[in-house]
Amino acid sequence: MTTQLHAPQLHATKTPGEVVSDAALLVLEDGRTFSGRAYGATGTTTAEIVFNTGMSGYQETLTDPSYHRQIVVMTAPHIGNTGVNHDDPESVKIWVAGFVVRDPARRASNWRSEGSLDDELVGQGIVGISEIDTRALTRHLREAGVMRAGIFSGEALLAGGYPRPIDSFVAEVRATPSMAGLNLVAEVSTKTAYVVEPLGAFAGKAPLKTVVAVDLGIKSMTPQRLAERGMRVHVIPSASTIEDILALSPDGVFFSNGPGDPSAATHEVALLREVLDRGLPYFGICFGNQILGRALGFGTYKLAYGHRGINQPVMDLATRKVEITSQNHGFAVDAPIGEEAPAPYGEGRYGRVIVSHVGLNDNVVEGLECLDIPAFSVQYHPEAAAGPHDAAYLFDRFLDLMTSGAPSAAGLSAATATTTPAKEN
Amino acid sequence: MPRRTDINSVLVIGSGPIVIGQACEFDYSGTQACRVLKEEGIRVILLNSNPATIMTDPEFADATYIEPITTDVLTSIIAKERPDAVLATLGGQTALNAAIALDEAGVLAKYNVELIGANIAAIQKGEDRLKFKDVVTKCGGESARSVIIHAIDEAVAAAEDLGYPMVVRPSFTMGGLGSGIAYDEVQLRRIVGQGLHYSPTTEVLLEESILGWKEYELELMRDKADNVVVICSIENVDPVGVHTGDSVTVAPALTLTDREYQNLRDIGIAIIREVGVDTGGCNIQYAVHPETGRVVVIEMNPRVSRSSALASKATGFPIAKIAAKLAVGYTLDEIPNDITGSTPASFEPSLDYVVVKVPRFAFEKFPAADDTLTTTMKSVGEAMSMGRNFTEALGKALRSLDKSGATFHWDGEAPSGAALEALLVTIARPTESRLVQTQQALRGGASIEQVFDATKIDPWYLDQIQLINEVAAEVAAADALTKDVLTRAKRHGLSDAQIASLRGIGGTRAAGESTVREVRRALGVRPVFKTVDTCAAEFKAETPYYYSTYDLETEVRPREREAVLILGSGPNRIGQGIEFDYSCVHAALALKGDYETVMINCNPETVSTDYDTADRLYFEPLTFEDVLEVYEAELAAGPVKGIIVQLGGQTPLSLAQRLADAGLPILGTSPEAIDAAEDRAAFGRVLAEAGLPAPAFGTATTLVAAVEIAAGIGYPVLVRPSYVLGGRGMEIVYSEEQLTGYVERALGEVARSGGHLAPILIDRFLDDAMEIDVDALYDGEEMFLGGVMEHIEEAGIHSGDSACVLPPVSLSEAEIARIRRSTEAIAKGVGVRGLLNVQYALVSDVLYVLEANPRASRTVPFVSKATGVSLAKAAALVMVGHTIADLRASGVLPLTGDGGTLDLDAPIAVKEAVLPFKRFRTTEGVAVDTVLGPEMRSTGEVMGFDEDFPTAFAKSQAAAFGGLPTSGSVFISVADRDKRAIVFPVKRLTELGFEILATAGTANVLRRNGIPSTVVRKNSEGRGPGGEPTIVDLITDGKVDMVVNTPSGQGARADGYEIRAATTAADKPIVTTVAQLAAAVQGIEVIRDRPFTVRSLQEYVKVEVRP
Repeated sequence: MTTQLHAPQLHATKTPGEVVSDAALLVLEDGRTFSGRAYGATGTTTAEIVFNTGMSGYQETLTDPSYHRQIVVMTAPHIGNTGVNHDDPESVKIWVAGFVVRDPARRASNWRSEGSLDDELVGQGIVGISEIDTRALTRHLREAGVMRAGIFSGEALLAGGYPRPIDSFVAEVRATPSMAGLNLVAEVSTKTAYVVEPLGAFAGKAPLKTVVAVDLGIKSMTPQRLAERGMRVHVIPSASTIEDILALSPDGVFFSNGPGDPSAATHEVALLREVLDRGLPYFGICFGNQILGRALGFGTYKLAYGHRGINQPVMDLATRKVEITSQNHGFAVDAPIGEEAPAPYGEGRYGRVIVSHVGLNDNVVEGLECLDIPAFSVQYHPEAAAGPHDAAYLFDRFLDLMTSGAPSAAGLSAATATTTPAKEN
Repeated sequence: MPRRTDINSVLVIGSGPIVIGQACEFDYSGTQACRVLKEEGIRVILLNSNPATIMTDPEFADATYIEPITTDVLTSIIAKERPDAVLATLGGQTALNAAIALDEAGVLAKYNVELIGANIAAIQKGEDRLKFKDVVTKCGGESARSVIIHAIDEAVAAAEDLGYPMVVRPSFTMGGLGSGIAYDEVQLRRIVGQGLHYSPTTEVLLEESILGWKEYELELMRDKADNVVVICSIENVDPVGVHTGDSVTVAPALTLTDREYQNLRDIGIAIIREVGVDTGGCNIQYAVHPETGRVVVIEMNPRVSRSSALASKATGFPIAKIAAKLAVGYTLDEIPNDITGSTPASFEPSLDYVVVKVPRFAFEKFPAADDTLTTTMKSVGEAMSMGRNFTEALGKALRSLDKSGATFHWDGEAPSGAALEALLVTIARPTESRLVQTQQALRGGASIEQVFDATKIDPWYLDQIQLINEVAAEVAAADALTKDVLTRAKRHGLSDAQIASLRGIGGTRAAGESTVREVRRALGVRPVFKTVDTCAAEFKAETPYYYSTYDLETEVRPREREAVLILGSGPNRIGQGIEFDYSCVHAALALKGDYETVMINCNPETVSTDYDTADRLYFEPLTFEDVLEVYEAELAAGPVKGIIVQLGGQTPLSLAQRLADAGLPILGTSPEAIDAAEDRAAFGRVLAEAGLPAPAFGTATTLVAAVEIAAGIGYPVLVRPSYVLGGRGMEIVYSEEQLTGYVERALGEVARSGGHLAPILIDRFLDDAMEIDVDALYDGEEMFLGGVMEHIEEAGIHSGDSACVLPPVSLSEAEIARIRRSTEAIAKGVGVRGLLNVQYALVSDVLYVLEANPRASRTVPFVSKATGVSLAKAAALVMVGHTIADLRASGVLPLTGDGGTLDLDAPIAVKEAVLPFKRFRTTEGVAVDTVLGPEMRSTGEVMGFDEDFPTAFAKSQAAAFGGLPTSGSVFISVADRDKRAIVFPVKRLTELGFEILATAGTANVLRRNGIPSTVVRKNSEGRGPGGEPTIVDLITDGKVDMVVNTPSGQGARADGYEIRAATTAADKPIVTTVAQLAAAVQGIEVIRDRPFTVRSLQEYVKVEVRP
């Protein structure tokens, strides 16, 4: 994972230690503004603005590629208390386009802390704003839906030495492309393939199975969770072809999470159909769930304000058990809940599908399972990081699917057989 | 999975009297459980001995038993009611222990009753330290290295391996009773000795010290489908070594990364599954090493706990309510989240605010007690607050304590040099003052590292306290109070009073505070109110549960209906506890139909702060500033009828005048009338006009005046500061020397706090008087006499500590008529609209008025339970304009008669106080003296209810502690003046077969009256030449079954002290007045005769309405 990209429309003017100005302004597409103080780098950033309700795991959130081109509002007021360390990031860099918090820590305190979050944000040029009423902002986004926004601080607040009129900020925000219709996968995917060998109890042993993971914005915990269960994981760029996949002789194929609108992911959908056509066991997470949905012929749609947090209840409809899940998605699959349905695509070539998991807060499709081919996926994040480990059984289910040669994942590794490793990390 | 169809009736066990470690949080949880079960159509049978609880109101259960929580009583109830199941996980350790005893006695099996919530195996796995250790290991966790021992010698041997300091924890005790930290062998022997005694299984766990580690708690819930959720994480600011009940705690945890938090969560989920809590909640405590992150699981409670009440209030997720639903078969996903109305309970709350809980202590009541905070809980209450950040929440929490010296200050010079060095040593010992001392040390320039080394408080919190100091310095140094300065100060929790003090504004505290408020308002710096919504604004909230903060947007909903604001009573303390919350809850229930009820309170343990109680809940400090802001926010939301201040005790009452001055409509008794009752001169005029006698008294503000007044009145005199509740600082003084000492102490305190001396009241002390307590209701025209209570002990013992009986068993109709006339005259003269409590002393046929309080009293719930009339509900209705005639017509009050006209066959109720002496030890480890006096020291009460006085008294004793003995030996040692009076009752004891032990003097008197007794050695005499034991040795060895020791008038002499301390430590009944001895003997006769019969409140009511 050596990807390095330029964050869009980001003009950092602050280097560590240098303070240009204290003031910062958050401007929403609909004209609402919030005044606060500059946090992290100063400058300008514009992007879609979303909120995350997790009370822990800011470092994982910041480095989750799915947040590419999004300004993230943390609803938890104190951010940065535990500083930053080199173990917890989910990728090689911070992906969020901007960061909105209420009370940034003045001092980090944790035995694993290696530096302050503020310095990290400055170092990576992430423009943020602090000391605003994040709850008022969240309520607004909940009612009005996600929208575009901009954070402006330092020189960006001025034009020719004078304060800029609000209209000019709003205009700048409105000039930012909307998330709908954007294919951002290429911007976050690894450019070169790499391998994660079996870990933990399986380290140094012959892999139980070989998995090809297509990186649509993968979090580093995902290959780790697979590797901990004895799998060798080939992580390959999103632009790969079916030939690239087959060349690795995989026992199964995995599509990761990632940013952007699934309806724009034509290459990925086509690639997955090739995988399914060959009968290769498939497991997808998040974006990988939406790609499966589209490959099967279902539509996807944008949620009003998405699901972003680590307390989302999801029911496994097969076992009726509830798991508390980590989620980060703005789009969802439009599939019928509660009944088996033929996959609409290709005149039934993929057989029957059921919605396997559903979000209990708002009945959103949170998982799909093919009944006649070995493919399943979930909309949420069983790899957690940040978040609870309740859904870790799904990695076992994937391994079982590959091992058993079953025609589908139905009945494999139900939640009751959760085998969460005693020691995560 | 819908609810089970095989459960149609459930016996709920309550937690009994309020004691340290087990307070009104169990009324909150039990009330929720009863409500839920009733809604489900289940017949609810309830046992609780505590009459001051909402749960024991007859409408919350189908059969309410206010009886002692003993195996015998439970067996009788089960035999009579034949419940399908017993729910014991919501009544604290008392209920859990009662359930275990029932199981061991084979009662559950005999009557085929299922224990729901947690089964016996789960309770034992969770509570038995050795079994729990195995559980932890199985779940991939670690425990502190430890050994279980059953004898002191084993403990000494174990020290070789574990080393000192060592933690001592007895099995199966609550609130950490009997536990402690031993730094050497002497301490080890003492603590283990006590621990073995308190443990019902004579078992103590010794473990390696994890002192100074970070401490965390998780609140988990599990349903029968094995779904587990974590409701809340709680971080203790005080590191391991201070009981979590005594720690400043924060929710959510603020200094853990996600990986570390998820590790605790994984271990917790594995533990709740392994222990086998099938349906309900549990609390798990962890220690985390600050430098390595090593995690040690400390303990778990397989039941609803104090922490779960805190977590419920902190998150808006009602753990007890959900636990009750889970117990009858629902799964989490089937239960809606009340707050959002749209999402299920199978989720984990997300907070977008910070919650801080601070404990409230009562060491001033126990001057001899060691105030070091240890693993034994010593606090008597707590306050919780919410803010959008830690500094704001902390500032609000500290001022919620309603205690001088509890808040941060910047008075005087900052400590420096040697003073700072000394402070850094002081803060290494955890006490109730440590947080303020820490703030002072940082203010004086100590580094965060230095303070961390001394306290092990996480540097993040220390930095936040430093931040508060910095903001304070900015406020002090600012050229003017600008909008920016004020906004920053308020965002970090500084009160108007603190800002005034920093700026040196105003002559008095109140004036300075007002000036700051005016400036602040002129600049538009006002708080907003946010909603506790369980979900960090992800979903719309339906329930108006608010807290204030300085932020952009307010969420108070507009309303059409007129609002009534009810001020609660704040943190529990001795003298102001659950009884006042009871009245506040009743007001909310009574007014809900006609008004929008708005509760303001900051006590997380209570029913009043359940979002289901009032229509709106503001979780706010009960200070002038905070109450005023809530009022204005509500006034902006819609019309406000007024504010009720007379139900929450002294805290709201003391705000009445300032609130009225600020233009707030006070409902009921006016502030002027309140003053007329509290101001001695004004009250004297009321009494004089009505021709009512009062003991001679005077008011002094100097030593000279005090001595002069006392000489005029004649010793003994009763002295106290004016305006206090619970008799704080009240003493009986027998000589000028004692008086001088008292006044000098008071002056010294004044000098330290920089205030001015409140007037000292000096009353004639009425020796040998019978004290009478009256609760009445007055509407301006008519009086309703709620109840007349006769104290069992004589006057001089605080009414809150005294046992009393209702109806009065020895007052004539003429005396009651006189009490009625006097009470009415006072109500009228003072100008009461609502409740009035009057204390009388009857001496030689003269009825003296001791004092009158124009507010709900501590006895209102007791009177209401005993007579079946809800006085507090009626009072709330009177305050909004109803007349007593109205209330009689509408059925709120009986159509005719009142508490002064009870039938001769009306049941007898005895209230007995429960005292916390066991909790408090001197620094030498000796129990503090147990002698009662005019200063109140009890934490709670029980009620004994039966057809006659002796049975009711015996029940009250059984409920308050182990109960009266039926055989064995009684030790008698009384003051000279009491010697004549004890002859008859002691004779009766010998007739009942008791062996009488006495000291030489008492034995002589008994012998001359023909009563044989065995002379035992006084403690001061030491053991005899042949090793003959002293009385203290006999008591300690468990050879004495009851102790009668009336202290001599001149205060507790050493012998008496040792005797009472040993008796308390041995958990044996102790009688300290002659009157109490008479009642005890009658009670003993009853229980020797037959077991208690049980009868529900509902059955008594049936009897009463029979024509």
